[in-house]
Amino acid sequence: MSGSLGRTAAALLCWGHSARGGLRGPGVRAASSGGSGSSEHLDMLVKKDRVVVFLKGTPEQPQCGFSNTVVQILPLHSIRDYAVYNVLDDPQLRQGIKAYSNWPTIPQVYLNSEFVGGCDILLQMHQNGDLVEELKKLGIRSTLLDEKKDQDSK
Amino acid sequence: MLSGQLVGSLFSMAGRVCVSRGSARSGAIGPVEAAIRRKLEQALNPEVLELRNESGGHAVPPGSETHFRVALVSSRFEGLSPLQRHRLVHAALSDELAGPVHALAIQARTPAQWRENPQLDTSPPCLGGSKKTRGTP
Repeated sequence: MSGSLGRTAAALLCWGHSARGGLRGPGVRAASSGGSGSSEHLDMLVKKDRVVVFLKGTPEQPQCGFSNTVVQILPLHSIRDYAVYNVLDDPQLRQGIKAYSNWPTIPQVYLNSEFVGGCDILLQMHQNGDLVEELKKLGIRSTLLDEKKDQDSK
Repeated sequence: MLSGQLVGSLFSMAGRVCVSRGSARSGAIGPVEAAIRRKLEQALNPEVLELRNESGGHAVPPGSETHFRVALVSSRFEGLSPLQRHRLVHAALSDELAGPVHALAIQARTPAQWRENPQLDTSPPCLGGSKKTRGTP
């Protein structure tokens, strides 16, 4: 998917939410009742935002150590405004996303509508630099790149 | 930075030695752990298989077999992305994952990757799960 290269630095803080206007932090989206676990609904959810995360709990209060790992990693790459769905609030969503992703556990991370993996994979990508590269493709410049640049120039 | 790791000293360069170490906490290995070990050995023929029942660190009853961590070193992972490797492990354990196992942390490396970095990852602390009040037994 192209067309993201023109995003400004300001947009990096709240990209993907111009339709909602003014959303500052990761907003926990309320998945609608009735069919919240259906593939049509989940298809819509993962396509609606550039970064979509299915968690146990919320970024403010994660209810699972693995989900917490995910919400700790994303801000390190300047991703603060992303779609979050708390599966503990919705059993249909919890079951549905496992079937939709063909992935048996939570958390689950989607980047640009593509399933990336769970906590282990995101952590691995964070540690080996792959996450920075994937975010570049989405037009997101990870702040880790700036930190590295500062270190290199010292 | 989240990078808690233990130094593993299981890899043998002398030949293909399947080193298999399980949860040594309470002694007995439960049926789920035994099944996971058997299925992974069959499906992936691993050189290293480190399997830990981590249920004791989570908000589940004693003796549970719900949360596991597995480190696998197998040449079957060659050429596969991390996602593909994890899916291979999931496929081998589809019954367990559809049943009692709620969490499965996976470390999947090729023999070459393991030689470069023979370290085992560790799991983050539990934050209560679906129990709304933390600390509920």
